[in-house]
Amino acid sequence: MDGLHVFRGSREVLPGISLTVPRGQVVGLLGPNGGGKTTLLRSIVGVQIVAGGTVTVLGEPAGSPGLRARVGYVTQDASVYSDLTVRANLTYFAALAGAPRTDVDRVMEAVDLAADVNTRVDRLSGGQRSRVSLAAALIGSPELLILDEPTVGLDPVLRRDLWGLFRRLADEGTTMLVSSHVMDEATRCDRLLLLREGRLLADESPDGLLARTGAPDAEQAFFALIETEAAA
Amino acid sequence: MSARLTLATARRVLLQVRGDHRTLAMLIAVPCVLIGLLAWIFNGTPVFDKIGAPLLGVFPFVVMFLITSVATLRERSSGTLERLLSTPLGKGDFLGGYALAFGLLAVVQALVATGFAIWVCGLAVAGPGSLLVVVAVVDAVLGTATGLFVSAFARTEFQAVQFMPAFVLPQFLLCGLLVPRNGLPHVLELLSDVLPLSYAVDAMRTLTTQVDAAGDVGRDVAIVAAFALGAIALGSLTLRRRTP
Repeated sequence: MDGLHVFRGSREVLPGISLTVPRGQVVGLLGPNGGGKTTLLRSIVGVQIVAGGTVTVLGEPAGSPGLRARVGYVTQDASVYSDLTVRANLTYFAALAGAPRTDVDRVMEAVDLAADVNTRVDRLSGGQRSRVSLAAALIGSPELLILDEPTVGLDPVLRRDLWGLFRRLADEGTTMLVSSHVMDEATRCDRLLLLREGRLLADESPDGLLARTGAPDAEQAFFALIETEAAA
Repeated sequence: MSARLTLATARRVLLQVRGDHRTLAMLIAVPCVLIGLLAWIFNGTPVFDKIGAPLLGVFPFVVMFLITSVATLRERSSGTLERLLSTPLGKGDFLGGYALAFGLLAVVQALVATGFAIWVCGLAVAGPGSLLVVVAVVDAVLGTATGLFVSAFARTEFQAVQFMPAFVLPQFLLCGLLVPRNGLPHVLELLSDVLPLSYAVDAMRTLTTQVDAAGDVGRDVAIVAAFALGAIALGSLTLRRRTP
């Protein structure tokens, strides 16, 4: 990504960002609400109108037709059909991805929803719903998964399980770009991007960040970076 | 466009409708109730034979317009449309899937409503009854296509529903049901010439009055179908992969 520049309305959300996400790692995109995380992710998926800069994804310009089966995207709100069952939703997304039907069972296992396959999505809890949305993105085993706050509103056990899943997927070679505003999730990432008010405060490993700021955890490190910036 | 993706989308839309029993019941029952009411009101007069068939063409247009505009608005606002367009699904597959699903529903609706009108209410049809169904289905596809296009201009479901009186009622007033089109003031007659529902109603009326109607009806149906294709083309312009 080079010099990415995005306006939403008249507001300049990303004033020019350059970064590289290495393949096969879990990369955390952290930062406060309204800091441009979603806009950045949407630009990588290729659904955001950008004012300038280039975004190259898996060797192709973001949003090119060849990428649509290779990139999975989970929006912040569960974007699945609430009036269909879990299985009907996933079967449809499997058809779109050209994935075999066995994939439906695989992803339902992966997000621990196998018990609810025949339940309509609108009868599920919020956390279950976001897992259906996640499962839909896992179908077809995309090479790059872009997850916008996938663990928001989930209980600690589920959050741990999901981060375990992200780790497994990365170990199998999937590149994971996961946004969150919960700083303690930073320790589970291979690499961190800290985004605040459209500017990149950090792009390094969690250990590197702690060493540089001398902070005991990611949250403290983040505050330290803000203060350093304010002082400069 | 891919047949596989179009069919998968049509199947998904039909599954959604099947899960909604009340909508399904209304799709089938409401036209019959209205036709029955009409036959009853004009019992013993020739009026029902005159306007019964044209209304068989109007119902599917109105109903499918409403259902499609709300359904696609939901796709736009729930984020599913954005998700779909980030997958290999093409815009043509999306539009084709909707048109196919609601077209199939329209076949069922038209068969039931036409059968009810002819056999229960005694609607007199000079031409072949099967053509009534064909015209009704083309009208339904027109409703679907227009609803899809119009939904792009609504931000809420309240707005989407109000596009019905805004888009459909003027066409209804001008389509020749209330006053024959050649009896309208000249400006309104010209206006009715460029509105698709006029041709749908013309086709239905020709069918009820002429034994050998296929030629005229074919022309009217072709015009309605062209409007539907135009609306689908305009609708596809409103499906954007990239949004602000």
